[in-house]
Amino acid sequence: MVRGNRPRERLGRLAFRSAVVGTFVFMVLPIAMVLWLSFFSNEILSLPPEGYSLRWYSEMLGQRQFIGGFWTSLNVALLATACGLLVTTPASFALTRLKFPGREAILQFLMSPLVVPAIVIGSALYMSFVEFEVRTGLGIAGSTWGLAIGHVLITIPWSIRLITANLIGVDTSVEEAALSLGAFPLVAALKVTLPLIWPGVVAAALFSFVVSFGNLEISLLLVAPGNTTLPIAILQYLQWKIDPTIAAVSALQIAVIGTGLLVTDRFVSLAKVV
Amino acid sequence: MATVALDRVNKRFGDFVAVEDFSLDVAEGELLVLLGPSGCGKTTTLRVIAGFADASGGSVRIHDRDVTREPPYRRNIGVVFQNYALFPHLTVFENVAFGLRRRHIALSEIARRVERLLALVKMEALAQRLPKQLSGGQQQRVALARAMVIEPDVLLLDEPLSNLDAKLRHDVRHEIRRLQQMLKITTIMVTHDQDEAMSMADRLVVMNGGRIQQMGSPQDLYLRPSNHFVASFIGQANFLEGRLDGDGSRFVTRSGLAIACAPSSPQAQSLMIRPEAIERVDASASGPNVLPATVEVVTYLGSTSELTLRLAGNETVLVTQPSNNDSQRSYRAGQSLCIRIDPASAVGIAAA
Repeated sequence: MVRGNRPRERLGRLAFRSAVVGTFVFMVLPIAMVLWLSFFSNEILSLPPEGYSLRWYSEMLGQRQFIGGFWTSLNVALLATACGLLVTTPASFALTRLKFPGREAILQFLMSPLVVPAIVIGSALYMSFVEFEVRTGLGIAGSTWGLAIGHVLITIPWSIRLITANLIGVDTSVEEAALSLGAFPLVAALKVTLPLIWPGVVAAALFSFVVSFGNLEISLLLVAPGNTTLPIAILQYLQWKIDPTIAAVSALQIAVIGTGLLVTDRFVSLAKVV
Repeated sequence: MATVALDRVNKRFGDFVAVEDFSLDVAEGELLVLLGPSGCGKTTTLRVIAGFADASGGSVRIHDRDVTREPPYRRNIGVVFQNYALFPHLTVFENVAFGLRRRHIALSEIARRVERLLALVKMEALAQRLPKQLSGGQQQRVALARAMVIEPDVLLLDEPLSNLDAKLRHDVRHEIRRLQQMLKITTIMVTHDQDEAMSMADRLVVMNGGRIQQMGSPQDLYLRPSNHFVASFIGQANFLEGRLDGDGSRFVTRSGLAIACAPSSPQAQSLMIRPEAIERVDASASGPNVLPATVEVVTYLGSTSELTLRLAGNETVLVTQPSNNDSQRSYRAGQSLCIRIDPASAVGIAAA
């Protein structure tokens, strides 16, 4: 912050405040617009609105693909989050506590879903699933599990980063103290280290959930008729029609993620971990 | 029988040799101190005994059981860390109970033993606090209780006093010694503080450069240091360069000053004299080692004064004398006087 009362300092302060407010508006405005639009009564989007109504919310509830999409997305996001944490928590322990050749390479490899375009990951998974189905007769493509497997991939970089960062912050002498008192390494990890990195694990869960719930590109190739995620349902609807139903659906998605954030914040102060 | 026996333990990190050929027997109930400057390998030695670091060579035995390849959780050791390393999410009670719970002891027995230890370290009133609600001294006492409650075969203390303020450090020294003797726990402590080491140890091991320099009682090391490093690391010492003469009980300095000394090793290259082994005498005094000297610097320290004296051969020595608070007889720079060096306290020292 710029201190002082000279003209240059005042100007500096003004510039700083404008930048803060500008960035904030830039981030909030689209969300606010969507929420506002969802209450317009006119079918064709135009400003100013002719009036306000809850018509689009009841419209949304009447559309099976949105309700079905919402449940599929919720299921997939919860599955992907749970499976992701089951993989990334032990992996993070190994990456931070053990020394083995190729450690750095493995860490970079686990970050790769951030680098590879998601649509490429989706295509690759689709082809693999089809190949798998041809050989075994088990259809994964189009199932909730197939979607969850795809989404686990994109949650991995986030979880690994958050959990390893927390693990590095834990004083290793605390773990050594547990070992010296007779705790087996697994007991030490569960009774001592895990409670200490819990905020990081919660943050990782939250990020995983958000990333999965909003994902479009990977899901695109892995959904099947009748088993569609919410973002895909929105996309399909948009191809035919633009009316505030979409805004209502978006409001629903914002509400789910917002609730997730608030509930998490009750347990772990998010300001501390992210 | 030795409780802990190290046999030619080595520890290398790549090319760096942290500990070399370290052999040591620690007796039952003994408090042994590893003393040395930072980087001398004392903490590494402690970590090898604890099992946090693998020995590159040699063996570690605890109660005649070879534990060289055993992980820490199968060694039955208690460790007090420099930063205490309490479990921040557990109460004082649960911190102390942690080791007992791992040993599947009956709950009533756990409560009894934890309460006994907390009472011993005077922490019973704070059993339900979390570590962050405790002062440094309190945390340290919890760390001690946590390490002692499991009745370890050996208690390892890594610079246990370095995070306490000076006043507290003094009290905790006695506290640790009292508990250790009461519970008769074989203890190995690491420190770089010679006062701490001297005041607590049954036996001292002075280390430097990964090697044992000398091992013995505090008195042995103070009065008969085996080399220049030990002599200078423990207490203050004057060193006069020169060589032994005749039968080894006379030392001749480079400037030709002859001083009668305790029988010393023929390789001695310097003569060590502790500052308190030099006393002021009357000019009429006779006998060995009475030398004239001139006062150069006087430092008043309250009950004692430190004098820097210049001898006839141009050597300077540091002398500690009781302060003469009678202004008539107080010391002043430039003053000439006579001193006597106690021959039994003048020891010839080899270079390294």
